[in-house]
Amino acid sequence: MSKSRTIYDKIWDDHLVNTNDDGTSLIYIDRHLVHEVTSPQAFEGLRMTKRKVRCPEKTLAVVDHNVPTTDRKNGIEDEESRIQVEALEKNCKEFDVEYFNELDIRQGIVHVVGPEQGFTLPGTTIMCGDSHTSTHGAFGALAMGIGTSEVEHILATQTLIQRKAKNFRVNVGGTAPDGVTAKDIILSIIGEIGAGGGTGSVIEYTGKAISDLSMEGRMTVCNMSIEGGARAGLIGPDEKTFSYIKDRPRSPKGDDFDRAVGYWNALNSDKDAYFDRDVYLDAAALPPVVTWGTSPEDVVSINGEVPDPEGIDDEIRKETKKSALEYMDLKPGTKIKDIELDVIFIGSCTNGRIEDLREVAKVVEGHHVNENLNAMIVPGSGLVKEQAINEGLDKIFMAAGFEWREPGCSMCLAMNPDKLLPGQRCASTSNRNFEGRQGFRGRTHLVSPAMAAAAAIAGRFVDVRDFVK
Amino acid sequence: MEKFKNITAVAAPLPEVNVDTDKIIPKQYLKTIERTGLGKGLFSELRYNDDGTENKDFVLNKSQYRNAKILVAGDNFGCGSSREHAPWALLDYGIKVVISTSFADIFYNNCFKNGMLPIVLDEKEVSLLMEETERGSNATLSVDLESQEITTSDGNKINFKIDKFLKHCLLNGLDDIALTLEKNSEIGSYEDKIKSQRPWL
Repeated sequence: MSKSRTIYDKIWDDHLVNTNDDGTSLIYIDRHLVHEVTSPQAFEGLRMTKRKVRCPEKTLAVVDHNVPTTDRKNGIEDEESRIQVEALEKNCKEFDVEYFNELDIRQGIVHVVGPEQGFTLPGTTIMCGDSHTSTHGAFGALAMGIGTSEVEHILATQTLIQRKAKNFRVNVGGTAPDGVTAKDIILSIIGEIGAGGGTGSVIEYTGKAISDLSMEGRMTVCNMSIEGGARAGLIGPDEKTFSYIKDRPRSPKGDDFDRAVGYWNALNSDKDAYFDRDVYLDAAALPPVVTWGTSPEDVVSINGEVPDPEGIDDEIRKETKKSALEYMDLKPGTKIKDIELDVIFIGSCTNGRIEDLREVAKVVEGHHVNENLNAMIVPGSGLVKEQAINEGLDKIFMAAGFEWREPGCSMCLAMNPDKLLPGQRCASTSNRNFEGRQGFRGRTHLVSPAMAAAAAIAGRFVDVRDFVK
Repeated sequence: MEKFKNITAVAAPLPEVNVDTDKIIPKQYLKTIERTGLGKGLFSELRYNDDGTENKDFVLNKSQYRNAKILVAGDNFGCGSSREHAPWALLDYGIKVVISTSFADIFYNNCFKNGMLPIVLDEKEVSLLMEETERGSNATLSVDLESQEITTSDGNKINFKIDKFLKHCLLNGLDDIALTLEKNSEIGSYEDKIKSQRPWL
């Protein structure tokens, strides 16, 4: 153990239960987050095999994907959604797992709730049946999305069978210009490495532009690691991390906290630790960006134009990008600033936190949403909503003509009633622009909250740096 | 879990990169609390027209590919959401093997939990098989897990690599929860150790 190690190496070593001759390892899971969509079959599996949840106290469940974002005091209208939500409630009761229901102020998107509650801690292994679990890596945790079979495996054993991934460092140096946010940084990274670029790796984000980010910004970056193919992305913990965690409901208190900080500080990657791959980006050179296609790797500057796939050598890739343009109803050479929008969605586990809402308020205050579009803001949790109200942000949003909703995943994946109609074009602060993601035949452009806010006012994409004078 | 040993079946081409799990099984099918019955939703937004009839242009609707049990796809297959509904839908439809130059990690893992075999080959090999599959029902492929070999209808052979443990589990249809529970005492000792080393957890 004397050789230099990355933070991923250290967390891995500290969670090894055993390693088999064939190279597979059993790793211990400190924290398990559960939501209604990927867990029913796992609980059913436990029932069928008469197994129990090994550590209910290390498990936290919350409903987020299916919940309507309108008033839900009278329950959920959609029958299938209601059944799934009720199944989670029933399963949590039966297996003694703590559960936040849709009327609980602590309810929200699972990846907003974990950090908010101090459930997410540096140096822990955190798993959830949701690919955006990578979000929690912002705290220097090893956090990964898993499938339902693995959810069942953790419920039953509090461990996972894994093979160690590669270490991939993405170093973002320099200072991000005003108007260039965490979202622009991560989209630019994905544009650089590609949607499969991080496959088989855990990404560690380093560099001045990363440490300059708030915890919210770091969560945005780690959240979209999976969009670059990496199951986990993480950032070494520092004072910002510790002060975010301190005094949260589930965070360590008193001496335990001080002792934990000592352990957390020592987690950071050693200076000469080995990385299998290194990529460098200069934040100072980054513009605000927009996606033009149906993969998060389809990234272009706000001042750019829709690219021409004809220049791509690989036939399969070329055809895929051509069909993406057809789906998006865009032509090569179209200026991004000429693209008009129908819907603005602000929210999701990528950008539904208080800082994101503050950014939006800063841009929209004193303006009004363009008359040709609908714009909605969905806070990431009940506590985010409460904070926004305490800061008076809700008044700014409503005065500007935004719909101000109840917390949940909402139009990020459109499992609830918040959906795009066929052909509608949306500027969205979420994480995926896949075909049909936000609604059947809907068209998604991924952007930062500030860019979405500016687009809401203008009715088309604009450079937020020209907009805020 | 069902064992996977070998298969000889029609292979269908899906020459597209970044086929995401939203495309494999759109969200409206995720509201189920069952593992079965998802085949009807497989690629539904591509497979069906707006009026619910079949889209004749989609590969799996073409007569020569109706019985396909193998897919040959472009790079980064199964990216995006962690939904295990994606392999459940493929399996329920009848697809047991997917061949590509790379798979998203979570999807790849999920396949093995369900007795499905994802095979990674290099670009040349995938394009060769893609050409084979263009020949439709005459172009069956044989996949043998034990020997880690794909045989084309012309008798060409391609070897593939696979993790030893995953191969063992697939060949024997092992439930890995049962395997892990055999290590119960080791898990217990680990828990005792962290209680003193990291008491805040």
